[in-house]
Parts: sequence; structure tokens; C-alpha cells
Amino acid sequence: MALLEIREVMVRFGGVMAVGGVDLDVQAGEITGLIGPNGAGKTTLFNVISGMQDPTAGMISVNGVDISHESPHRRAKRGLARTFQRLELFASLTVRDNVRVAAELASLTNIDSTVDRLLEKVGVSHLADKTAGELPTGSARLVEIARALATGPELLLLDEPASGLDESESDRLGTLLRELTEDGLGVLLVEHDMSLVMRVCDSIYVLDLGMIIAHGTPEYIQHDPQVLQAYLGAPS
Amino acid sequence: MQELLTFTIIGLSTGAIYAVVASGLVVTYTTSGIFNLAHGATGMLAAFTYWQLRFDWDLPAPIALFITLFILCPLFGLLTERIVMRGLQGTTEVVRLSVTVALFAFMIGLANTVWPSDGSREAFLKFFEGNTVPIGGINVSWHKIITFGCAVVVAIVLRLLLFRTRMGVAMRAVVDDRSLTELNGGRPNRVAMFAWALSAMLAGLAGILLAGEQQLNIEPLVLLVINAYAAAIIGGLKSLPRTFAGAAVLGLLDAYYLQFSDNSWFPQSFMGFGLSGIRASIPTIVLFVALLVRPQSRLRAGTVRFREENKVPSWNTAVLGAVSLIVVVVGISGMLTRSNTLFLLNGFTLAIVALSLVPLTGYAGQMSLAPLTFAGLGAVAMSKLPGDGNLLTLLAAITIVAIVGAAVALPAIRLSGIYLALSTAAFAVLVTKLIFNQRQTFMSGNISVPILDIPFIDINSPRGRLILSATAFSLLGLGVIALRRSRLGRRLIALKDSPVAAATLGMNLTQTKLAAFAISAGIAACAGALAGDKVSPQQYDFTQSLPIVLLAVVGGVGTVGGALFGGLLLGGNAVLANAVPSLKNITKIMPGLTGITLGRNPNGATSQISEKFRPLLNRWGIISFSALGGVGIWALDASRIISHWAFFIGGVFWFLAVMPNLIAIVDGTSPRRWWAGAIALTGLAVSLGVDWDQAVDSTGKRLLSLILLVAIFGVGTQRVAENAPRIHHSSPDLLGLDVALTPDELDNVERELGVTI
Repeated sequence: MALLEIREVMVRFGGVMAVGGVDLDVQAGEITGLIGPNGAGKTTLFNVISGMQDPTAGMISVNGVDISHESPHRRAKRGLARTFQRLELFASLTVRDNVRVAAELASLTNIDSTVDRLLEKVGVSHLADKTAGELPTGSARLVEIARALATGPELLLLDEPASGLDESESDRLGTLLRELTEDGLGVLLVEHDMSLVMRVCDSIYVLDLGMIIAHGTPEYIQHDPQVLQAYLGAPS
Repeated sequence: MQELLTFTIIGLSTGAIYAVVASGLVVTYTTSGIFNLAHGATGMLAAFTYWQLRFDWDLPAPIALFITLFILCPLFGLLTERIVMRGLQGTTEVVRLSVTVALFAFMIGLANTVWPSDGSREAFLKFFEGNTVPIGGINVSWHKIITFGCAVVVAIVLRLLLFRTRMGVAMRAVVDDRSLTELNGGRPNRVAMFAWALSAMLAGLAGILLAGEQQLNIEPLVLLVINAYAAAIIGGLKSLPRTFAGAAVLGLLDAYYLQFSDNSWFPQSFMGFGLSGIRASIPTIVLFVALLVRPQSRLRAGTVRFREENKVPSWNTAVLGAVSLIVVVVGISGMLTRSNTLFLLNGFTLAIVALSLVPLTGYAGQMSLAPLTFAGLGAVAMSKLPGDGNLLTLLAAITIVAIVGAAVALPAIRLSGIYLALSTAAFAVLVTKLIFNQRQTFMSGNISVPILDIPFIDINSPRGRLILSATAFSLLGLGVIALRRSRLGRRLIALKDSPVAAATLGMNLTQTKLAAFAISAGIAACAGALAGDKVSPQQYDFTQSLPIVLLAVVGGVGTVGGALFGGLLLGGNAVLANAVPSLKNITKIMPGLTGITLGRNPNGATSQISEKFRPLLNRWGIISFSALGGVGIWALDASRIISHWAFFIGGVFWFLAVMPNLIAIVDGTSPRRWWAGAIALTGLAVSLGVDWDQAVDSTGKRLLSLILLVAIFGVGTQRVAENAPRIHHSSPDLLGLDVALTPDELDNVERELGVTI
């Protein structure tokens, strides 16, 4: 049984099929990539998984429990955490309080030490007392990851975590993600930085026009003709 | 059967007025995203203007109508958009709504000023007064038929306008996607101006039609907007046909209720409460139901949010502030006359009501338009509960109102932003009509709230009550600050900053909002429960809530200081109005005027003021010097060398005009700093030296002199002092490199960077 199982999930906005019957698995301790051109339905799928959007049809389960119709905060209690493509930090709280709110919501016992450890881990300790709204995008993305981790998730959904990061920061992020999975965390990663995706993912799904058009190891995906066509518009 | 026809016609005619008003609301909301609470007030002003032209100056009706509807109304709409509304793009919903509240207050003040209700006034006649047409055996007035006709014409014109004209297409484009329209060469600002002009015309038409039926009264005309909300909400604030249908339903419900309630079998009371208020509440009830059946607002990521820049005070600052507030009030309370004591008391009561908005609106970002309603419920609970004012009764009253607050919010909580705010408005109107206006609740128009019974302390005097309310404000303020620093406080901020992130991190948004509403209602309840005197239902009327919301937002709804500022300003207004009757009208307009400028400083006035004092932190020498100065001025008063007025004026001058400039005077390098010091000293000498009791003879004039003094000497000091280069206590990365640095600043940069040359 996979950590996250998505079966036949469909999302329809009026006459537009944003996600059209997707099957996808994320295993514990692995990083699963989800790539595809803009408008492929990646963020919609994220919204369905985290409970911000009801699926028109289909089933989502975490650890074998059907969560398709649970509210976002119930899903968080089941071990789901996510970051956002457009930053959603609590802009008027300090960086430390951003992470602390999450830790408190997860009812952790040793909150202060957890918060410090996480800030250290993602490398933003020096920004702890800054107001989150003042951060440049790169640091803000790292804080969002720390905040998501503070809920003690089993499954982390990352929506373009590397956008706005420079090359060295993006490298650090890759290393961080690999470290996290060693403790058994499952990661679903939406990302446009292909070198990062190819470097860190265990398996990759390719989404185009709401359908999964390919699934496999990074090597396999890099050579799949359908993928190349979806990205480049012509067969190679 | 014939009766049914009669009431159907009456109902459709009422519905026609609602439809015209509601369509105006929809037009502005869709094109500029601003829900205009002052829409009904616009209609009210138009009705008064028309009355002035038609019945006071005896112009022929067509000319008066033309001038009002086709010249003045559109002009008013254009100016409103250009001067007030345009600056509001990108601000929070709270600010946008507050500005329309300000407009609302301003227009009521204006109407009261220009057309005071002193009884004898020419009647506002219906169109073709006295003429009727028989329809199905009954006589229908021409006015009703014209009203109905107007709605039909408005419907047709709007339809043609939106679908057949360039401007209409541009309007629909702006509704669909503002930025895309702009990229394609559309001009959203022009469209918005046109929409506001059109909307003002529609409001004006409805106002004139309604005044013909109900005469010129400010309140029903202004509250017309609540009835129209209901119709507009049924239309989802978007669809005009559904809005018209909603308006018709409302009008018919009202008429049929009138018909049925006339029957003998119709119950006149329920559980001891008279049902006479029901009819007037129908639109509100429909509004409530329409809001409740709206689909739950979806969580969306990526909505633009505004960052508030309120610093959280440290415990030391908070306690220091609370203690000094009590000390100052105790100190000056002995010097005040009885009426000024009562006004200040009122100011503190309003400040507590404003404080109730800090956790709810300031922290959690949820707008409530009904804070005073909860204060009123607190007063009712305190007077009806047993115990005759002991502390337990107070606690029970607070608890009950807090539960009511949560219960009211519970059904509405699925909504967000404007919808939630409107449902609190609906609740306030409902409580006003069904509870406060009941003879059972307020015996002979008043209830007496028992004075809080505190062991060993007698507070049975205005002075005692003033000190009690200042203490209550201080304690509650400390509580609110403690809340902000607590786990729940962080959650409230998180809820405001990003509901979607909060939910996906595991926060139960409903529970958190309920907590905010309950806390807010509880705080407001204190204001009512501590009244300790006879109170009348008018004090807690919905329209009275709006200036409080407004001034709290003006003061800065994110801070306790902002609440105090707002409450005292509103209370101070009353002092001014009482002291100088000729200024009464200006004080009515003032809250509105202050609020209209809000778009420029969404963080509120107190944050600006405290920003001025921030550099003084850690400058203990200067702080002690200022404190010594204050004590010195007080000592002069205590030894009867100067009068109370000189003490007050000198004290305000010392702290507001001199203290913020002391750093510049002490640290500045420019020779001009001595000039600044001299100006400050002269101002102080004048304020202390003049025999205010003799020189100017009334409170209002003295207050005006104070304002003049601060303006002349304070601003003078500041201007002169500011020209002197000062040391900037900012880190190097905050210095604008596009501005040439002064030598001092360069030194500072080098020091901060640790480089010495």
C-alpha cells in the first residue's frame, strides 16, 4: 500500500476538464515528481489532494484511509502538509512564529526546540526574528517548507519550491529533500527546474492536459517521446 | 381576492424601489469591487436635494428631477469615485468597507446639517399627488405606477447599456478581468467612474420615489440600502435579472405580511415579545437567509493581501501604558466638570467597544458592523440578571453575550469578507428592531444597568465610573495584548494572513473564527454592562455602530492604542459639540471626513503617531526630561499658579509637539536646532502663560486654540528641527542609495559595517 493513492481523480470546472482521471502513488521515503507544461493541472491536483478543491469524481487515500471528502484541516491531522506556488506565509508574523503556529497546531510537546531545529535544518535560523512579509522569495520558500515540516507530516506536497531560488540554494534544497526522505517522509514535488527534478526524484509522473502521459524513473522520462512532444510540441 | 391584488400591487411597487437601489449596488460592486454601504445615503441626499428644488424653491418637477438625477447625482458619483474610491485598490476589504462607512457617516452628517429636522417643512408630495387609476376595482396611485414603470425602464436601459453599448461592453470586460481589460487598452478607471455615476443616479431615483411614499426621513432612506442588499445578495452581487427577482420577492413578502398580520388570528406576540418589529425586519431576515444559502466561500491560494505593520508591544510597554493611562485619568478626573467627566466616560465606553474589534478585525481580519449591538446586549443582560451588579453578574453577562456572539457567527462563518460583514449588519438591525425597540426590554424607553458592585470601593459617582471605565479599558487592553502574544493570538493572525495556509496546516477555521467572535462579543458586552446608569435603546442602534467601526479603523484596528484613539476621538467630538453648538454640525461630519482619508494610511493614525515616538525608545535621558517637564506642568497647576486649562493645553503641547522633536534638538548638528528649541519653548510659554479662562470663554474655543497652538508651534518646531541632519537609527541596507548620504549618515554606515577609515 502506497502512502498516498490517487485513483481516477477528475476535476471539472464547468465545461473544462482540468484533471481527467488521474492515478498516482507516492511511496513513503521517496520523492515523486509531478511535471508538466503550464496549465497541465498540477496545482489543481495539489488542491484536490490538500482538500481545497473537491474532486468531481475519484478517490484519494492516505495510508489506506479514504480522505476524499475530508476538510483541509482534517487532512493535515492525517499527516498531509503542503507549500504553495504563490507564497502563503503569515506575512505579519515573524519567521519563528510562522513555524511555531504550525507546530502548535500539530500539538507537539517540545515546540521551541522543534521550531529551532527546523529553522536550522532549512537554513533560515538567522532570519528567525524577521517579519515573514519582508523576506525575499528564496528565503520565504524555505520558511514555507520549515512551516510545513513543523506539522510533523508523513506526506509533503511541494508546489514549485525552487522557483525564486538561485542555483546554490536550489542545490541545498535538493540535498535537504533527500535528507528528509531518509526519515520516511514521502514527497510529491511539482517543479519546473528539471535538473533538480531529475536529480532528486525516485519516480516521475508527467501530466499534460489533465492526463498522466508518462510515469517512470527520471532516465525513462527523459527519453519518452510523448513527454518530449508535450514539452516541445514536436516529436524529436 | 381583490385584497390580494391590492397587496400584490403595493408589493410590486415597493419591490420596484428595492430593484432600482439594488441594481445600483451591483453595478459599482462588480466594476470596482467596492460594496458601497453609503448607497442608501446617496439616495437620501438626492431625495433631500430634490425636495429642496421642487418643494422649497418651487421649481417645476421635470426641471428639479433633471437637475437632481442627471446633473447632481452623476457629478456626485464621479467625484466619489475620483476622490475617494480610486485610491482603495489593493487595500484590504476592511479598509474598503470602512471608507464607505465613512462616506455613510459623512452624508448623514451633511443632511443633518443642511436640512435639520426642526419640524416645519414643506411636505414631500408624491408624483401627481391625489391622482389614482382604478385597476381591477381598486384605486392605485399614479406614484405607484410611475415607481413600477421606473423599475421596468431601469431594467431595459441597463440591459441595453450593458449589451449594446461600448461602455457596457467595457464594463462587463472590467467585471470579468480588470487587468486583462487594461492590457487590451480598456480604461478600468473611466469605466469605474461611469459606473459610480450611474449608480448614484439609480440611488437618487430610488430615494426620490421612496420619499414620495414615506416622506423625508433620514433613517428609512439610509437603511433602504439594507433592504437592497438582500435583493443584491439574492442576485449573488452579480446577476441583474436575479437581483430584480429578489427585489420583487422582498416587496411582495412585505405587502403580504402587512395583509395577513391585519387578521385577528394573527399572533401579536410570541413568548412575551411583541411581533410588531417583524415587518420592518423582513428584508433583514431575507438577507440573512440569502447569505446562509450561499455556497461556502472556497479557500483560494494566491489572493493579494496587505501587510499590516503593527508591532506587538512588549509586556513592559503594555503594562507601563495601562498603568499610566489609569494614573493620568485619576489625575485629571478631579479637574473636570461633571459634563466633561461624563463625556470622557462615554469616550472610554466607546473605546472598549472599539477594543472589541481589535481581536476580531485587527487580528483575525473578520469584519463586524455590529460591535455596539453586543454592548447593548451586555447592558440588557446586566440589568436582567439577578445579583444587582456584583462581579459574578458581570461575568455571567459577558459569558452570555460571548455565547450569543459565537452563535450569531456560527451560521455566517462559512462566509468571508463582505458577506460576513453584511450578515453582522443584518444581525444588528434585527436585534435593534426585535429586542432593543421592545417596550418589554426597555421599560418606558430606558433600562437602568446596575452599577458594578466592587467591595470597599464606592464608584457611585461620575468620577468613580470614569476611573472604573478607564481601568476596565486598561485591563481589557492588557488582555487583548496578552491574547496577541498567545497561541490563539498567533492563530488569529495566521487566519487573517492566509486562511488557506492555516487550513492546510491543520487549523479548524470555523473554530478559530468562532473564538474571535466570542471574545469580541464578550469585550463589547463589558462596555454595556459597565454603563452603570440608565441607557436607552437608541444608544445601541445599528447606525451608531458604524462611526465606532470607522474610528477604530482610522485609529488603527490592529492595536489597543488605535481603539483608545478611536473611542476618545468619538467622545471628544461630543465634548466639542456640547461646548460650541455652532460646531455641532462639523462634529457630525468629522468622523466621516477622517474616515474618507483612510485609503492613504490603512494602518491607522496611531501607528503614525507611535512611529514619531519610536526613536525615543532607549533614550532614557530624553524620556526622563519629558516626564520631569510633565510633572513640572502638573506642579504649576497643583500650586494654582496656572489654571486647569493651561495645564491641559500646556501638557498636550509638551507631549505632542515638543517631545517628538527633542532628539532633533538635542542631537542635531545644525545651528538651526536652537531655533527649533526656541520655537518649542515659546509655544510652551504661550500655552502655560495665557489665562485661558479669561482669554477665550468656552470649551470649544479653548480646544480650537489648542489645535492652533500645536499646529503653529508644533509644526514649526518640527519643520525647523527636521532640516537639521539627524542620525538615522537604521541599518545600512535600509538606507536609500539613490539619495545622497549626508556625512553623518556615512559615518553611521561605516560604523554599522564596522569599517573605519
